[in-house]
Amino acid sequence: MTTRLFGEPVQRREDARLVTGGGRYLDDLGAGALAAAFVRSPHAHARILDIDVSAALDVEGLVAIYTWEDLPGALAEPLPLLIPHPALTHGRTAYPLAKEIVRHVGEPVVMVVAPDRYLAEDACALIRVDYEILKPVVGIEEAAGGAHLVHEDVPGNVGAHLVQEVPGHGGVPAREAVDAAPHRLEFRLDIERSACTPLEGKGVYARWDADDGSLRIYSSTQTSTSVRMAIAAKLGLPLPKVEVVAPDVGGGFGVKIVHPWPEEILVPWAARLLNREVKWTEDRREHFVSSSHERGQVQRVRAGFDDDGRVLGLEVEILHDHGAYTPYGIIVPIITSTQLLGPYKVGAYRVEFSSLYTNTVQVTPYRGAGRPQGVFCMERTMDKIAAYLGKDRTEVRAANFIQPGEFPYDQGLMFQDGRPLIYDSGDYPEALRMLKELIGWDSFAEDKARAAAEGRRIGIGVGCYVEGTGVGPYEGGHVQITSDGRVHVSTGLTSQGQGHETVFAQIAATELGVPIEKVSVVTGDTRRFGYAVGTFASRAAVMSGNAIALACRKVREKALRIAAEALEADPRDLEITDGTVHVAGVPSASIPLATVAVLSNPLRYAFDEEARRATQFAGAGSDDRPPVAEGEEPGLEGRDYYSPVRSTFAAGMHAAIVETDPDTAEIRILRYAVVHDCGKLINPMIVEGQIHGGVAQGVGGALYEKMAYDEHGQLLNASFMDFLMPYATEVPHIETAHLETPSPLNPLGIKGAGEAGVIPVSAVIASAVEDAEGIAIDRMPISPSDLHHLRLER
Amino acid sequence: MNETRHRVTLKVNGVVREATVPGRRLLSDCLRHDLGLTGTHVGCEHGVCGACTVLLDGEPVRSCLMFAVTADGHEITTVEGLARGDGEPSPVQRAFSECHALQCGFCTPGFLCAVTAFLRDNPAPSEEEALEAVSGNLCRCTGYQNILKAVHRAAEIQASEIQAAEIQAEEGGA
Repeated sequence: MTTRLFGEPVQRREDARLVTGGGRYLDDLGAGALAAAFVRSPHAHARILDIDVSAALDVEGLVAIYTWEDLPGALAEPLPLLIPHPALTHGRTAYPLAKEIVRHVGEPVVMVVAPDRYLAEDACALIRVDYEILKPVVGIEEAAGGAHLVHEDVPGNVGAHLVQEVPGHGGVPAREAVDAAPHRLEFRLDIERSACTPLEGKGVYARWDADDGSLRIYSSTQTSTSVRMAIAAKLGLPLPKVEVVAPDVGGGFGVKIVHPWPEEILVPWAARLLNREVKWTEDRREHFVSSSHERGQVQRVRAGFDDDGRVLGLEVEILHDHGAYTPYGIIVPIITSTQLLGPYKVGAYRVEFSSLYTNTVQVTPYRGAGRPQGVFCMERTMDKIAAYLGKDRTEVRAANFIQPGEFPYDQGLMFQDGRPLIYDSGDYPEALRMLKELIGWDSFAEDKARAAAEGRRIGIGVGCYVEGTGVGPYEGGHVQITSDGRVHVSTGLTSQGQGHETVFAQIAATELGVPIEKVSVVTGDTRRFGYAVGTFASRAAVMSGNAIALACRKVREKALRIAAEALEADPRDLEITDGTVHVAGVPSASIPLATVAVLSNPLRYAFDEEARRATQFAGAGSDDRPPVAEGEEPGLEGRDYYSPVRSTFAAGMHAAIVETDPDTAEIRILRYAVVHDCGKLINPMIVEGQIHGGVAQGVGGALYEKMAYDEHGQLLNASFMDFLMPYATEVPHIETAHLETPSPLNPLGIKGAGEAGVIPVSAVIASAVEDAEGIAIDRMPISPSDLHHLRLER
Repeated sequence: MNETRHRVTLKVNGVVREATVPGRRLLSDCLRHDLGLTGTHVGCEHGVCGACTVLLDGEPVRSCLMFAVTADGHEITTVEGLARGDGEPSPVQRAFSECHALQCGFCTPGFLCAVTAFLRDNPAPSEEEALEAVSGNLCRCTGYQNILKAVHRAAEIQASEIQAAEIQAEEGGA
C-alpha cells in the first residue's frame, strides 16, 4: 500500500488553525450571549441561613438570579453518582446549587445571569449569604479520626471501604506470607494533592431554539455524548432534541471527564427558561476551588521478602482523601490498589483502602488516575528492599519481574473496568536493559564519586510501571466516502490536544488507501456520532482508533465489491492506491473511489456531473436486481464499534539523575530518561509529545505542586501565583526510547500512551534524591524546605 | 448604576479599530469580545500564565493586566496578525507546527507572540537565551521541550528567509 501512514511522524492537521488564532475554544463562541457567574461558598463547612439578593437587583441589565429553591424537578436533586460500586456504601454528590449545607470552599450557592461577566460578578458581589459556620474536616487523618463529620449521615467519614486479596501459593494469605518471610519492612508513605489545571478551564455555552424545541450545548468536556444524556435527563428533554459539541478544548487531563458539572446543567436550563443564549466560562480561581483535585493518600506498607529481594508478601493499607463528594465513585483508589503491582509478581498481596470525606474540593481522576500513588508505593518498596539487602535497585526489580514468556499474566485482581487484571503483553527485562543503557546506570557510581570529589551531591533513581489503557466498554467510528472522493471520519469521543484529527486520519488513510489530505476527522460532536464513552484512561487511540479501522475495513470491503462489479473483476484481485481501486498489477483497470461512491447510491435526481452517472437511465445497474441489493444500504459508508474483552497494558520505566544543593537543598534534575512501550506507535511524534507533557506534570507533582489547605479548609494557593506549575525552566530535557510489544487484544496492536509520562515521576525523583542524600524519602512532593528539614532530622 | 464608557482607538494587526468600553474593561476582553479577535486566550487573569500575551507597539505584554483604555492610541499585534499579508504563516508559526510545539493549543498564541518579539531582537539565540525567553509562559501539555526546539527552528527559518531575500535583492540589483 503506497499510502501507509500508520507509524509515521505525520505533521498535525490541527495546527494550521491553532497557530493562527483560528481555534474555537468555548469562550471564543457565543458572542453576545448572556454571561453566568456564581456566588460560591467562602466557608468549608457551613449551613446556609439566608440569601439576600436585594442589593444585586439594581445591577445594570441584570437578567436573573437563581438559588436551589428555584430549581425544578430533577435539577433540584443531587448530581448523579456516575460510577456506583458495591464498596461505595456511602456515596454522596452535591446539588447543582447548594441546598442548606455547603461542604467545601467554592461550592456554588447562587447563579447570576447578566449581560456580561463583569456585570454578573458585580451582582454576585452584592448578594449576601448568611452562614452558620460548622466544624470543617481537613486532612486525611482528621477525616479518619471521625470526630467531626462532613456528611451527618456518613459515620466515620468513610465513603467506601474495599479489600482485595490475592493469596500466595497454597492459599497463604498476605499477612502470613509477610510474617513468614526471611526479611520484613514496615513503613508509611504520604502523597500530596495536585490537580489537572488545564490552561483552559471549564465552560458551557447553551442555545435554546424555541421554535424547534431543541437545545445545542457547547461544553469544554471530555465526554460530549454523556453530557448530552445527562442534560436530556435533568431537563426532561427528548434525547434527539439535545446536541452537545466539544469544540477545541484547551486541555483536560481528567477533570473534564466529570459530568455533568453543576454549570453544565444550570446554563442550558437558564438558556431555555430565558430563551436567550447563556455562557459560563470558568476563571482560574473557580477552577482551583470548584472543579476537582487528585493524588492525596496515606499508605501503610508491610513487605516480606527473601534474600534475592523477591517480594513474598505485600500488605498495603490506603487512606484516600476523596474530598466533599464522590461523583466519580472510587475509581482512583481502585486504580491505585490494582496498578500498584506494576511489572512485578508478588507472592501474596492484600490491599485495603478507606475512601474518606473531607471538606475540600472533590477528588476525581487526574492524568495517571491513582497510578502515581500506587507506583510510588511499589517503587519505594523496591528501593527499601534493595537498601536493606545492600543490592543494586535494578537487580531487586529484575528479580521480581513478570517474564516475557508469562503473558497473558493474571494478577488475580479486579481492575477499574470490573474485569480481571490480566496483562496482555510486555517485555520488562528488555525495557530495564534499555533504560540502564540510556541513562548509564552501571557507570553512575563513578560519576557520583567524581561529583562528590568536587563537593557536589548527585543521585540516580529509577521507577517502573504498568498502565492499564484502553478501558471499555466501547467506542465507535463512522466513515463515509462522498462522491467528491473525500473521506469523512467521525467518532464520539472528544479531543483535548492529543492530535486525534491527525492519528485517526492516519489510520483511515492507511486502511482505505487514500491520501491523508482527503480525510477529515470530527470528534466529540453528537450531531455526527451519538454513541461514545469519552476520552480518559489513555483510551482514545486504542478504542476509537480500532473502531475507525474496523469501520474503514467495512467501507473498503463494500468499495471493492462495487468496484469489482464495475471492473468485472474478482474483489480479491483489487487494491486501493491513492484513492483509486485497481486490479493488482493492472493499473489501467481502475475506478476512483469517488466514482465507487457514486455507484453506491442509486439516484433518481442528478445534481452534478458525478451524480448523473448513478441515475436510473445511466445504465449503471442490472435490470434483474433491485437498485439497492438485499442486505445493502445506499452510500459508501460504514460504522463499526470496538469493544474489548479487557484493557491492554502499556508499560514504561524512567530514570533520573538529580543534584541537590548542599547549602540551599535545591533539587535540580540533570537528566531524565524514559523507556516506553505502548505497543505499535501510530504517530511517534505525537507519542513523544504525550510523554514529554506527562513527565512535566510528573515533575510538578514531585517537586512543586500541592494544594495548601489550612485547618479551616481554605485553599491558600488557589492561583498560578502560588500553585507552582512548572515553567520551561523547571522541566528537564527528556531522553526517550521506545520498545514495541504489540497488544494481541486489538486489530491495530496498540496500547494507550496519554497518561504514561506522569505515572512514575514522583517515585523516580524520590529514588534519586534518596540516592543523593542518603535520607529516606517517604513523602512527596519534596521542596527544598522539606529536604532541608529532613537533613536536620537526620 | 450605569457605567461611564470610553471610546478607544486601537491599531490592531494594522487595522484601526474602535470600541466603546467601561474603564475597567481588560484589554484581553476588549480584543476578544469587543473586537472579535478570540485568538488571544485568557488562562489565569492574573498575569502569570502568559496565554494572553500580545505585542503592544511591538513589545510583549499581558493583555489581562492592562485596561483597554490604557492601550488607547497604541498599536497591537495579536496571534491573528502574525502571519504575513498573503496568509502564509510566519517562521515562528511554522516552526511551532513543524516541531510539534503545541498540543491543545490554548497557550500557543501567547508563546507565538512572545517568541516573535524575542527573535526579532535576538535572531540567533543560545540555548540559555531561548529558555529564558519562553520561561514566562505556562504550558500544561508539551513539557516545553518541543517549544524550545521550535524557537531554534524558527530562528533557522527566519535566517534562511533573510538570506534568500538578500540573494534575491542582489540578483535583482545585478
